[in-house]
Amino acid sequence: MSLQKERLRWQREVADPAVSRHKERKDGALTTSSGLPLERVSIPDDAGYATDAGVYMDRLGFPGEYPFTRGVQPTMYRGRYWTMRQYAGFGTARESNERFRYLLDAGQTGLSVAFDLPTQIGYDSDHSLSYGEVGKVGVAVDSLADMEILFDSIPLDQVSTSMTINAPAAILLAMYIAVAEKQGVSRDKLRGTIQNDILKEYVARGTFMFPPAPSMRLITNTFSFCTRELPQWNSISISGYHIREAGSTAVQEVAFTLADAIAYVEAALSTGLTVDEFAGRLSFFFSAGSDLLEEVAKFRAARRMWARILKERFGATSPKSLAMRFHTQTTGAGLTAQQPDNNVVRVALHALAAVLGGTQSLHTNSRDEALSLPTEESVQIALRTQQIIALESGVANTVDPLAGSWVVESLTDEIERRAREYLDRIDREGGMVRAIENGMVQQEIEDAAYRYQREVEEKERLIVGVNCHSNDRSVSCHDVMRHDPRVQQAQLDRLAEVKSQRDGAAVERTLRTLREAATDPAADVMDPIIECVRQYATLGEISQELRAVFGEHQQHAGM
Amino acid sequence: MSEKTRILIAKPGLDGHDRGAKYIARALRDHGYEVIYTGIRQTPESIVNIAIQEDVQFVGLSLLSGAHNELFPRVVELLRAEGAEDIVVFGGGIIPDYDIPGLKEAGVRAVFPPGTPIAEVVQFIEQCRTGSAQTT
Repeated sequence: MSLQKERLRWQREVADPAVSRHKERKDGALTTSSGLPLERVSIPDDAGYATDAGVYMDRLGFPGEYPFTRGVQPTMYRGRYWTMRQYAGFGTARESNERFRYLLDAGQTGLSVAFDLPTQIGYDSDHSLSYGEVGKVGVAVDSLADMEILFDSIPLDQVSTSMTINAPAAILLAMYIAVAEKQGVSRDKLRGTIQNDILKEYVARGTFMFPPAPSMRLITNTFSFCTRELPQWNSISISGYHIREAGSTAVQEVAFTLADAIAYVEAALSTGLTVDEFAGRLSFFFSAGSDLLEEVAKFRAARRMWARILKERFGATSPKSLAMRFHTQTTGAGLTAQQPDNNVVRVALHALAAVLGGTQSLHTNSRDEALSLPTEESVQIALRTQQIIALESGVANTVDPLAGSWVVESLTDEIERRAREYLDRIDREGGMVRAIENGMVQQEIEDAAYRYQREVEEKERLIVGVNCHSNDRSVSCHDVMRHDPRVQQAQLDRLAEVKSQRDGAAVERTLRTLREAATDPAADVMDPIIECVRQYATLGEISQELRAVFGEHQQHAGM
Repeated sequence: MSEKTRILIAKPGLDGHDRGAKYIARALRDHGYEVIYTGIRQTPESIVNIAIQEDVQFVGLSLLSGAHNELFPRVVELLRAEGAEDIVVFGGGIIPDYDIPGLKEAGVRAVFPPGTPIAEVVQFIEQCRTGSAQTT
């Protein structure tokens, strides 16, 4: 086997058909800034190094081909840049709608909705537990009426929308569909993602509602619904991001995310779906931290592992199933409240790691996110950071530019090896749901977080502005976004108005139908939920019906 | 110490970011205190109940969602209402500096921003124990 021959075969079978569907920038005549030629995909032969072609093909292959180490598309960013998708949402639906439109005008190419915590946990704004939280970390959505305003003047057939929503994902998806109906947009045109990843909520993020078993059922219901009705929708975004932010290592981030993914695949298979029917709609979400080389290796290792797991463990054959597509957000925990302008530089490094790692979409954090929600100016710098990497750095002009770096390849192999050890251990525990229930996963993350912070305290790990070069430890920013204290009352007034204007009997009827469906484990709850939201039943009312049937998850503090 | 100092680390509100809370709980334990951690998503009422039941001298509140102005003072008020105003309340998390004076006025004795070395928290606790606490 010669690699040159393999590249010609790949070009003919994979790259050329892709280019004929979607041209590369400058018709592929991309060069360095001095005009030096750049291969679409460089291989060891190009640099004059002899390589065992068998080993190369086994570990790396070519982009768009198994095992996808070098990327999920044959031309990667030479064809189209990653989607620049800033996570946004705060206050009322009207304010968030304005921020969305600002971002779209600034050149953002996808929406990403942040909901407030009551919405994420299925409480209406007037619930006692919502006190103080309404509109804080995201937008408050109580009913379809809020969702209509949130997407006002944003044609849903022209944007892709990612929604960070987990326990009540089915309800928010139903609202999105109902808004689309009102805009006259059919379901097959809707593009986007619901996070819908409950397992990581139990270990890292905390917005769970129901116990694991009914939660897994809700997720398989959304899988089936999306398979049937929403051909362009990602039914889940399996998230390592929050695991990493909770303090895990890069290896743990990969391992626990893949373990969650395996659990979802097994749950979906048990409902009768076949793997190639749904695996192509599973998407992933990772963090990008400061250790640039390790992060690049992590993304590459994760792609290769997912392809191997789906092929070897689940017998998937469709390339769409085997290709791990992921969103990346730059690390929040890696930003500092001290000397916050330095975060602009950190975010550029994090974003570069994500792009060198082959991400499909990217959120860059704003410099002030260790202090508050970002100002418009900070968000613009964050978005410009992505645009500078795309348009000026040149790293987007050749595929997987760090491939063949000895250190990056070694780290890629090592991350895979260590993550596999975790996967074996989780299998021995009886699977991820069991490993979460018995606290093994949480303990591993907590220990890693503790080690990290001790190292910072002992100055074995240096963070500029925090434990070195910290002449200025003030945590002030020239200008931060402040919450409008009137938001909570405005939202309460609005909710009362919606409740007074709807058809109460229709709400009662649809909620009853939903409860009956929830009670039958074989029934699908998606259609009944859509009926409820159409009648302006609130998120809290719908959640309450489900809580009554499914019960509530109680977390042990673990310490 | 004739009797160990008891500290409750608590997460009021709905946010699930407990990396900081867990770290501070474990680090204070390593410094010889008896520490109880509530877990996430606690109401001010349940925090105050636990604090009284567990007979703690300190309550450390951790919050990252921005609801601190509503929830921290509520914990102080409820402690007072229960006659437990001798329990020292301190806080941390994503707390903008312009909110700190208001929280202190409401009875929160110290607010520790992200990146605070554990030694500063220990110093604060020791000063409170010996009655020489300056508000931080």
